[in-house]
Amino acid sequence: MGDYDIRNDLRYSAEDEWVRSETKGVTIGISDYAQQQLGDVVFVELPEVGRLLEKGEPLGVIESVKTVADLYAPVSGEVLEVNPALAETPEAVNDDCYGEGWMLVLSVADPSEVEGLLDRAGYLQHIKDREDQGT
Amino acid sequence: MSNSTRGISYEEPLSFERSRPGRRGVDLPPLDVPEVDAAALLGEALRTEPAILPELSEMDVVRHFTRLSTWNAAVDLGLYPLGSCTMKYNPKLNEQVARFPGLALAHPHAPAEDVQGLLELMFKLEKQLATVSGMARVSLQPAAGAQGELAGVMMIRAYHESRGDTRRRKVLIPDSAHGTNPASAALNGYDVVAVPSGDDGLLHPEAVEAVMTDEVAALMVTNPNTLGLFETHIARICEIVHSGGGMVYGDGANLNALLGLSRPGDMGIDVMHFNLHKTFSTPHGGGGPGAGPVGVVDALVPFLPVPIVERTEAGKYRWDEDRPQTIGRLHGNHGNVGMMVRAYAYILSLGADGLRRSAEMAVLNANYLLARLSEHYHVPFPGTVMHECVLSDRGLADTGITTLDVAKRLIDHGYHPPTIYFPLIVPGALMIEPTESEDMEGLDRFADTMIEIAREAHDDPEALRAAPQRTRLTRLDETRAARKPILRWLPPDDS
Repeated sequence: MGDYDIRNDLRYSAEDEWVRSETKGVTIGISDYAQQQLGDVVFVELPEVGRLLEKGEPLGVIESVKTVADLYAPVSGEVLEVNPALAETPEAVNDDCYGEGWMLVLSVADPSEVEGLLDRAGYLQHIKDREDQGT
Repeated sequence: MSNSTRGISYEEPLSFERSRPGRRGVDLPPLDVPEVDAAALLGEALRTEPAILPELSEMDVVRHFTRLSTWNAAVDLGLYPLGSCTMKYNPKLNEQVARFPGLALAHPHAPAEDVQGLLELMFKLEKQLATVSGMARVSLQPAAGAQGELAGVMMIRAYHESRGDTRRRKVLIPDSAHGTNPASAALNGYDVVAVPSGDDGLLHPEAVEAVMTDEVAALMVTNPNTLGLFETHIARICEIVHSGGGMVYGDGANLNALLGLSRPGDMGIDVMHFNLHKTFSTPHGGGGPGAGPVGVVDALVPFLPVPIVERTEAGKYRWDEDRPQTIGRLHGNHGNVGMMVRAYAYILSLGADGLRRSAEMAVLNANYLLARLSEHYHVPFPGTVMHECVLSDRGLADTGITTLDVAKRLIDHGYHPPTIYFPLIVPGALMIEPTESEDMEGLDRFADTMIEIAREAHDDPEALRAAPQRTRLTRLDETRAARKPILRWLPPDDS
């Protein structure tokens, strides 16, 4: 398995988003594993503030030199904020995926959805399972 | 490196950079008719400053474009294994026939009685495509595969609406599909529902059943799929969609594997497009234009684009525009007719047996390459493939070498790279389609090169990371090009 920076203080979705609980809601980005798999990110398309998202719904698109991937809402909620800097500096997703490369802030409709996400150990196992599966 | 790129390579600037004030391609004689007042004719539309265009002599222009043409990779120069693109050889006989004056110089607005031969050709090509595919009728009009797809989904929508069935707003598309499929569905206002492939890379009836409802207008499927695998459950899957009231769209991108062997219509496909520029050997890519005829079963015939060619009882050919339920016209004239002529010449020169043999050879060639390469590259979905095979860079992970490095190194060896990083369900995919055009020596040279690159990945990874080296330009900064693209030339003063 590759060398990935997967952090203890975050929760993760099976689609490789990280989720950080904060007072106003949750901040969301993509994991170090995801940014390494994508390679150099060149464009991030994010939803409009105020949009209501269902858990699992496609919310945006991330484009790298290799591929284009959908972003999915890891939990249900309303879009409170999106990272405006990513329009000019999409490389922040590669350089600092847990910091400057954050993507959006969602209000949380149902806190149990956050609890239901993977923790560090669970997410690392998920990565390992996928790598072992070989596709 | 018997197949490598060597020799003269011409530098060539932009035509704007070659420009010199006052240089001309033609000298016009002095004005010998009354001058008109352009401002009075054009009013506000009159341009106040001249357009920024290069000023060049005829020879400047000829050299410019001829030099650019020497930078091309082309199937006339070597193997072009671009997966799902079927870059087969384009026989020169087709080109000769397409240049027959009666065909090449026919005016699109000529009365039908003056172009009976061309109409007969179009009528017969339609019948040939219908026979090969098992469709009832075919419109030759779409100018490319994606337009054929768009037309196909428009006909599906028109069909449902004609029956008052307006609940259907979803289209099912497997996760291995070409990106044009969801685009065609979305352009028709449908929501796309992705259907996951099974662990064997195939679409399974249970996965379709799980998402099939009375809101589904259609399933769009490619067979063989983009992994090069034949969808063995296709008949059952079509039954499931039909019993739920939906239609099945067949993406004809990979039809080359099926010619004369099996027919989409017999599998249960209701509408499909053909890529004449893939399957039927008309030029592809920069040599285009494309042509994407769309075929339908009986239920969809009333919705075909207009006009179509019909034969009268007297044995004459005519344009039929009087089709009340048609989705309309897709092209200002009649589609890319020159491509129809080439495809017709190709079909007649091969005949039914030849078409079948071309599919068999395409499948054999892909499996031969897969067999030779499977010990050296990871094969995500092992087994027998159809006309193309998919490898990945997973086996090279410990070297740090990626699919992109392998592709760039192939250029040093004189090969256009295969399709890379597609299909999306295979990380680091290398999708190789040799087509039936290549002989065994050509396949072996390519396989030897791929094996050498795999060895190099372990022994000399830096050489791969630095590739290509034998080209006019070495590795381009694709990331910067994507993040900060320079999209147009500006005069030095303004830049």
